[in-house]
Amino acid sequence: MSKTLVEKIWDAHVVKSEAGFPDILYIDTHLIHEVTSPQAFDGLRKRGLPVLRPKQTVATADHNVPTINQLQPIKEELSRYQVDMLTKNCAEFGIELYGLGHPFQGIVHVIGPELGITLPGKTMVCGDSHTSTHGAFGAIAFGIGTSQVEQVFATQCLLQQKPKTMKIEVNGTLGKGVTAKDIILYILSKISAAGGTGYFIEYAGSAIEALSMEARMTICNMSIEMGARGGLIAPDQTTFDYIKGREFAPAGAEWDKALAYWKTLYSDADAKFDSVLSFDAEDIGPMITYGTNPGMGMGIKENIPSTSSQPDKEQLSYQKALNYMGFDDDSSLIGKPVDYVFIGSCTNSRIEDLREVAEFVKHKQKAPSVTVWIVPGSKQVEQQAINEGLDKIFEEAGFQLREPGCSACLGMNEDKIPAGKYCVSTSNRNFEGRQGPDARTLLVSPLTAAAAAITGKITDVREMLAEA
Amino acid sequence: MKKFERLLSAIVPLNIENIDTDQIIPARFLKATTREGFGENLFRDWRYNGDNTPKPDFVLNDPTYNGRVLVAGKNFGCGSSREHAAWAIQDAGFDVVISSFFADIFKGNALNNGLLPIQVSDEFLAEIFTAVSKDHNTQLDVDLESQTVTIQATGEEADFEINAYKKSCLINGYDDIDFILAQKDLIEEFEQTR
Repeated sequence: MSKTLVEKIWDAHVVKSEAGFPDILYIDTHLIHEVTSPQAFDGLRKRGLPVLRPKQTVATADHNVPTINQLQPIKEELSRYQVDMLTKNCAEFGIELYGLGHPFQGIVHVIGPELGITLPGKTMVCGDSHTSTHGAFGAIAFGIGTSQVEQVFATQCLLQQKPKTMKIEVNGTLGKGVTAKDIILYILSKISAAGGTGYFIEYAGSAIEALSMEARMTICNMSIEMGARGGLIAPDQTTFDYIKGREFAPAGAEWDKALAYWKTLYSDADAKFDSVLSFDAEDIGPMITYGTNPGMGMGIKENIPSTSSQPDKEQLSYQKALNYMGFDDDSSLIGKPVDYVFIGSCTNSRIEDLREVAEFVKHKQKAPSVTVWIVPGSKQVEQQAINEGLDKIFEEAGFQLREPGCSACLGMNEDKIPAGKYCVSTSNRNFEGRQGPDARTLLVSPLTAAAAAITGKITDVREMLAEA
Repeated sequence: MKKFERLLSAIVPLNIENIDTDQIIPARFLKATTREGFGENLFRDWRYNGDNTPKPDFVLNDPTYNGRVLVAGKNFGCGSSREHAAWAIQDAGFDVVISSFFADIFKGNALNNGLLPIQVSDEFLAEIFTAVSKDHNTQLDVDLESQTVTIQATGEEADFEINAYKKSCLINGYDDIDFILAQKDLIEEFEQTR
């Protein structure tokens, strides 16, 4: 019987399937971090259970870590305690930890791929909704809650209903200045922040196939912003080339065996999806969000949709969002002054993102009124940026290159945007208060963020690229 | 996990759509390493001003509303996977959340903690909001056994869906780990085949 890619991987991991019950799904790799794991470790202690497969579990500290002076003790007491607890728990339960100071430390969804831990055909989970990122390699990867973290610790399995499948095709060629981030913000603006709920999404089509692995990760990363459990892309030569030679990737005979399996990982031509959507890359321009959920996005030159154009029942929430942002119906954001630019997060903090920004801002200076933070996704990304001299370009531009972590994406550490300020951000969520109480977030691509940093206002990056 | 029992309760209405888990419990309050105590920061930034004084307009600060049932607009619990959102709602005294649509991860987290998420139609949700706007003390009868929720004053009743396995977990106070661990041999057998 023909199968979708999701079905192939799912079926290969079902330990038991019984009518009336969720499947028992085997989990190959469990990624953990300091915020959503301590209560799960406590649960194990209360039950007197070990971590069943500690070697299939990898830990890092990312959500709550400072991005300057990382090797000094964390100033904030609760944050320090939480990070210390992770160290203690990992030691007690025999889990490898890439903590602060380790050359592999970084955002959990950045380090998995760059270390060759993320591989096609795997099932992967983490107590973080952006686990969908790893789907870029053709893996089933999704975020879980802390009770489920405890489940995976105790059993290396999860009870899960098999998800519905959706295919989203994007065909054609992206225009200049248009990136993977714009593709996903565009799809979100079309299908809304709930449009993918209950589905696993497979992204396909010529525009997706043409993307690098890092760009594919940006797409899969934001699947959760549509409510989807996860998103994935069939592995191809781009995937295999990216993985080969990485720290924990298979090598030698193991590589040949793995590769032969990976090449079977695609949706069969006549496989049935529960839903299929199709978009044209030529219709996509640089995108920006204007509201307080990631589905509230538009082309950067468009006007904010009017409240009266929204369904009746949604008008109250829509107006609340515009009030929070300080924006009016039918207005344009072009030329709007910005206060902060944040380039980072598991969506856009990889070396390609930093290279793209550096190339654009080379020999330019940021606008004096703007504070610019560049937070690399990992120690390896940071080191690579320094090796390539990107740090010098950022310094000359007046950008701060900080140390790795989730940082201002969720403002859990000290990197918060002050109340009322506008932050143009390459992260994934523009929820009220996400980047700090009363902070206002506009989600964009790294290129559009770089343009705003230089001009100090919302700018169509295509016009700057045309001038260059 | 405590057993879920039939409940007759007043309602706290929150007629806002797309309530994300950052609103339910902002990230800066996720530093605790235990499950308890998150209730005091439930809806923190909607509930309190920057100087920690309560915002009088917010429903949780209005003493005429109370009860163990939170009723909210569609796509409740979207965004971050933080289970702290379910813990905070429970810790603040709620046993049930009603909406016309739930985000997947939140729904799973709620069920894993004995907090019952009930999905009703847009129309029934609107009826609850209308009833509670007329009488803040409107009572809802939530019966998990029969999978029904009833507005007591009007007698309007709606059925709701729940996975049969999850229903039995809630009613008996079991959790998934007990269930999976009972099949540990199967897991080891599965590992041998790989």
